[in-house]
Amino acid sequence: MAAFLELDKVSKAFGAVTVADNLSFAVQQGEALGVIGPNGAGKTSMFNLITGTLSPNAGQITFDGADVTHNSAAKRCRAGMARSFQVPQPFSGMTVFENAMIAATQAGGMHGTEAEQFCLDVLNQTELLDRANTLAGGLTLLGRKRLELTRALCAKPKLLMLDEIAGGLTEAECRSLVQTIKDIHARGVTIIWIEHVVHALMAVVDKLMVIDFGRKIAEGEPRTIMDSPEVQEIYLGIAADA
Amino acid sequence: MEWVNALLQGTLLGGLYALFAAGLSLIFGVMRLVNIAHGDLIVLGAYLGLSVTTVLGFHPMLALIVVVPAMAIFGYVLQRGILNQTLGKDILPPLLVTFGLSVIIQNALLETYSADPQKMNAGALETASVSLGGLSVGVLPVLTFAIAIAVIATLQWIFYRTALGRAFRATSDNQEIAQLMGLNRRHIFGLAMALALAVTAIAGIMLGIRTSFDPSIGGGRLIFGFEAVIIGGLGNLWGTLVGGVILGVAQTIGAKIDPGWQLLAGHLTFLVILAVKPNGLFPRISE
Repeated sequence: MAAFLELDKVSKAFGAVTVADNLSFAVQQGEALGVIGPNGAGKTSMFNLITGTLSPNAGQITFDGADVTHNSAAKRCRAGMARSFQVPQPFSGMTVFENAMIAATQAGGMHGTEAEQFCLDVLNQTELLDRANTLAGGLTLLGRKRLELTRALCAKPKLLMLDEIAGGLTEAECRSLVQTIKDIHARGVTIIWIEHVVHALMAVVDKLMVIDFGRKIAEGEPRTIMDSPEVQEIYLGIAADA
Repeated sequence: MEWVNALLQGTLLGGLYALFAAGLSLIFGVMRLVNIAHGDLIVLGAYLGLSVTTVLGFHPMLALIVVVPAMAIFGYVLQRGILNQTLGKDILPPLLVTFGLSVIIQNALLETYSADPQKMNAGALETASVSLGGLSVGVLPVLTFAIAIAVIATLQWIFYRTALGRAFRATSDNQEIAQLMGLNRRHIFGLAMALALAVTAIAGIMLGIRTSFDPSIGGGRLIFGFEAVIIGGLGNLWGTLVGGVILGVAQTIGAKIDPGWQLLAGHLTFLVILAVKPNGLFPRISE
């Protein structure tokens, strides 16, 4: 089976800083891939390369059977990619509902009442329904994180990319968010999730990848990867036997 | 009574200034583009109206149905063809390019229509007036003011009640994220310019019915438009209407004191408001 998303020897550097170094990996349809790595390892840049806000110096990106390496971000979005941002970036002068509608009508290709109903369903799922008419700029951190998720979901994505969506949340908030993401995954949406909150990640993903200095360090079954001495040392910065 | 009259005439004149300013306000609001050619585009609208009335024999108000779509299409092409290329982090290129555009439009009009002042003939509409408690109020200024309110209400409705308006606001809010949401910025900007020039066409025709015009008057209309936008506060369309009215009233009151003071009084009022409230009276964009 051809991979749903595949990066083939993708490289990107800003001067001396390398954010992606011969990065190759594949995600199968319906899979949930977790990505971990130290700060500055190139995780978010990897998302930027996949979504098209960065263009690679070398390599190829295929998505849903098509080479998208040179497609615009807007085009890739309409092809079924959606992402959340580590630092939430809502359209702050617009209401929560309007934020959702932009995603549903532009990226999701829906219209009129269909789009409205879809947005309401997603807002219900992401527990933002009661804030639907609040200006996005006035939301709390959890609210903004949920809005990031809402907007990504309203795009009806085939591939959902989450960037540290659990970061900065309380334990209870995190649990309910994990449940929401599990539900989304259960409906067959392919997920790539970058996260520092490892236990949240482990509850959802089927596969784990570790990157550092833009390179893939390890990839495989989540438990095995987390227990490998390499990861213990590089990612957690502790000795393997600790 | 004379002062009340000046106040009323000034308010109605403000409607015309709000029409000058609405397109400017819209373009700046959506794409942060300061369009130096805006005044000349208004004059272009007036000349297109003139051509339609002379060639087709239409009444100037009827010419709107030809000139408005024509200007809108021109706006879309202009934006996609030229202005989109100038937009970026640097605000200088769009200023320079629209300045160049201003020169080009002026000279093209000069070449086509000569420097002679022209006027559109609107027949009875130009002189018709109604008596209002001792004051004589021209039908044309009242009509212009009503159109200004209708235009601004429509723009407001588009911005806050339609999918297109949502796209405008999202793009204005955060271009990069809007792109990621599948919005094509270039197309959205094209539509914004089309809408702005549709309004500009209305402004041009109302101008052309009210006074005589020649290819050189664009600059002055641009200044009035700017002043109305700044007085009202950036990004606030109803504020723009208020700005237009304040400018219009200042001018007629100034003219009442001394005929030579008309323009000066307007500019002075603008300066005072700028000094006291640099963001205008009702700013919506806070940056």
